[in-house]
Amino acid sequence: MVAAPEAPERMVGKALKRREDPRLITGGAQFLDDVKLPGMTHAAFVRSPHAHARIASIDASAASSMPGVLGVFAGDDFMDLNPLPAAWQAGGVTNHPVTPRVLAVGEVHQVGDPVAVVVAEDAYQARDAAQAVIVTWDPLPAVVDAKKATEAGAPQLHEEAPNNIVLEWSCGKEADRVDAALAAADVRISHHLINQRLIPTPMEPRGSIARFDPATGDYTLWATSQAPHVHRLLLAAFVFGIPEQKIRVIAPDMGGGFGAKIFVYYDMAATMALSKKLGGRPVKFWEDRSENYMTTTHGRDHITDLEIGAGKDGSITALKVKTWANLGAYFSTIAAGIPTTLYGRMVAGCYKIPNIRVDVVAAYTNTAMVDAYRGAGRPEAAYVIERVCDLVAQATGVDPAEVRRRNFIQPEDFPYDTGVGMLPYDSGNYELTLDKALEQVGYTGLRQEQKRRRGAGERKLLGIGLSSYVEVCGVAPSKWIGLPGEGWGAGLWESANVKVHLTGKVVVTTGSLPHGQGHETSFAQLVSDRLGIPYDDIEIEHSDTQAAPFGFGSYGSRSLSVGGTAIYKSVDKVVTKAMKLAAHMLEAAEDDITFENGVFSVKGSSESSKTIQEVALAAHVGYDLPEGMEPFLDETTYYDPPNCTFPFGTHVCVVEVDTETGGIDMLRYLAVDDVGNVVNPLIVDGQIHGGIAQGLAQAMFEGAVYDDDGQLLTGTLSDYAIPKASQLPWYELDRTVTPTSVNPMGVKGAGEAGTIASTPAVANAVNDAVGHLISGEIAMPFTPERVWRAINAH
Amino acid sequence: MSATASAPVTAISMTVNGKEHSAEVEPRTLLVHFLRDALGLTGTHIGCDTSSCGACVVHLDGDPVKSCTVLAVQADGASITTIEGLAGEDGSLHPVQEGFWEKHGLQCGYCTPGMIMTGAALLERNPHPTEEQIRHELEGNLCRCTGYQNIVRAIQFAAEQSS
Repeated sequence: MVAAPEAPERMVGKALKRREDPRLITGGAQFLDDVKLPGMTHAAFVRSPHAHARIASIDASAASSMPGVLGVFAGDDFMDLNPLPAAWQAGGVTNHPVTPRVLAVGEVHQVGDPVAVVVAEDAYQARDAAQAVIVTWDPLPAVVDAKKATEAGAPQLHEEAPNNIVLEWSCGKEADRVDAALAAADVRISHHLINQRLIPTPMEPRGSIARFDPATGDYTLWATSQAPHVHRLLLAAFVFGIPEQKIRVIAPDMGGGFGAKIFVYYDMAATMALSKKLGGRPVKFWEDRSENYMTTTHGRDHITDLEIGAGKDGSITALKVKTWANLGAYFSTIAAGIPTTLYGRMVAGCYKIPNIRVDVVAAYTNTAMVDAYRGAGRPEAAYVIERVCDLVAQATGVDPAEVRRRNFIQPEDFPYDTGVGMLPYDSGNYELTLDKALEQVGYTGLRQEQKRRRGAGERKLLGIGLSSYVEVCGVAPSKWIGLPGEGWGAGLWESANVKVHLTGKVVVTTGSLPHGQGHETSFAQLVSDRLGIPYDDIEIEHSDTQAAPFGFGSYGSRSLSVGGTAIYKSVDKVVTKAMKLAAHMLEAAEDDITFENGVFSVKGSSESSKTIQEVALAAHVGYDLPEGMEPFLDETTYYDPPNCTFPFGTHVCVVEVDTETGGIDMLRYLAVDDVGNVVNPLIVDGQIHGGIAQGLAQAMFEGAVYDDDGQLLTGTLSDYAIPKASQLPWYELDRTVTPTSVNPMGVKGAGEAGTIASTPAVANAVNDAVGHLISGEIAMPFTPERVWRAINAH
Repeated sequence: MSATASAPVTAISMTVNGKEHSAEVEPRTLLVHFLRDALGLTGTHIGCDTSSCGACVVHLDGDPVKSCTVLAVQADGASITTIEGLAGEDGSLHPVQEGFWEKHGLQCGYCTPGMIMTGAALLERNPHPTEEQIRHELEGNLCRCTGYQNIVRAIQFAAEQSS
């Protein structure tokens, strides 16, 4: 018998400070570059200065005899390894995947392609020797633009992909039907949009450290990895052809990822193979920022033609989208799914559009590979559909807010099928976020002020940009996204194990893992409430293939809704088993036992109870268990979500554009998001802040630029415009809460929402300010020069 | 970085976080590599190769410097404070460290040591900066996670502690 405890403070919903932070603010964290192993050696790659060339010869004789050099290797030395895997090919169509090898053999296809690797005792020596490797090149013509790459006469990258076409894919209604609807529309708009290439730029670059154990034949790989289990699987089964259990992958603390650390990279396989070649000495590769910019994946890079049909009342009656997606020099791990499933199937946004069709051509070019970058397809889709709304507003004279309102999917329409092959949107109340945002920003007043300034011929014009977005996250039901449907070459469930140890302390292992999102805090909050065990007694283990049974990793805003639900269900199983044992201990029927705040009690008897810690002790020692019960409270769940989740919201951006200089001042940035129930508002708000900053930066500052020869002109952090503190506005946040019924917690996902919403909000604001003075579209990023040129073009 | 047979080395000594260190280094060794590799102080991070990101900021004789842009030999005789040396000897956090924890001024934490060192140096010079001054002072430090708002709040929090 124990005294009934006071009801503990509920942890879910609380803005708890993160438990991750103490090690991060004192220099105590261990990032990959901080890992130091006995006998560790250092690798440096010799890279192509050309975007497209044949390798005539490689002379490593001088490099081989330099101080500290342990070996110099070229592509031929790794031919026992297969090329990297193409894990997500677009569903239902023919793909032509050409993936990179560890080192390029015969021909290079992008600047930075690795052709040789030096291993030396220290990193300085490895770099010195890499400089001394002499490569003779026969340069070939290059192409960097996805549309031009598919045209007749373009330089050809790969024999396997005629006309540089990776795939051609469509979704939505038949072309004839959409064409007829366009022809019948009151208002017809043709438009051209460029969603420029971005460089993800986590502040920590990427790297790998591998150690081969000659005694067992096992490899350990420490890697900057958003998906350690997937990397183990792909490296073992596809690249090395060895059993999965021969590789252990560990992701140390990670300095951001934003998608770029999901993929299998050459250096993972290279360091593993090199460690074996060196008889088991660990080999480290740590890319510098220039290498990161050249060879780690990029994002976006779409060219899009639009045909829009609308009613005079602002209703969107037809939409035809044709997009050329640039996938870069090779097929990156999940590249094909981004411009198809995650883009094409989200182009309808939060609107009912009766006639909609999306055609996508994905192409190889002599540029860095393009794959998922924060938002992955949905920012590109949101940019299209939110610009469409404003273009319709401009053409019909209907207010942009009203255009959105007229076309919104209504709350009673859910679950709603948008007709482009996406899973049905589960829930939503789009108008609520729009109304809230308009009210808070003072929309009517702003429109009046905008009108006044225009009328008075003022130099500084006001622009108000709306973005009502919906995104898909919590990826994904395996039977939908998998091979037969969307082409993803695996499942996309998540695992979690929960153990309540003899001491009453809890260890949770999860296949989800953080790279800045604070999983250790949020997951512990969730478990604490469900088990009634103090937050500080709960430990979250992650990022090691020897911890969780399996994990598909963290991306697609899936950690809480999929990984968290796996934890939630494991906790349920623990409680169910503990309930049986408590009934046995209390000599009562199970039906008479209640569980609240960590205490099992017999109904109607305040005297008769056991804490979960007491039950955990009894379960662990196993002296007296009910007939047939196994010892230990230890439960595992493999959770496959029944649907994705569809967070939504409305962002409003207010800008002032100086028509004489083209300069833009951001006056307000307001976001009303609906991510469902919130576990930790501090963390969720932080995710929204950072998301807004990245999407806003696409509109205002960032863009990866290649010249026609395929040289990356924005190859360092002094050339690529990551925004600074002085360049970003104060974010005003609010939210609505429409819980999803897809998972028992009613949570959706918050990691990418800000990025998806903010680019079109800013783009619409700038176009709203000066749209009447320009023709066509100002291409992002909206540098003062571009804005000024657009205004002064005629 | 270890010296090699063929590379010339120079003897240096400096005080790091209150402790004397002497070593022989190649003249080209960057201070950041000396701190990380020779002294094992890995809290100072490297995020770029163009002195742009500020992840490597340490205090050199009290001034914030990007330790990727200082040669170890240039720091000969200097007193260096890194993120590991910012908290009190009893482990009590510096107000800027507290601010970052309190206001969720970090997510991945990779830029954080540099941010904190820059913020601490700012408050030494200007104990009560305006938001604009804070944002201006942080121009040499890049963060990709937070969008900076909570970093501003963190430094404001620290400034309030000293009032």
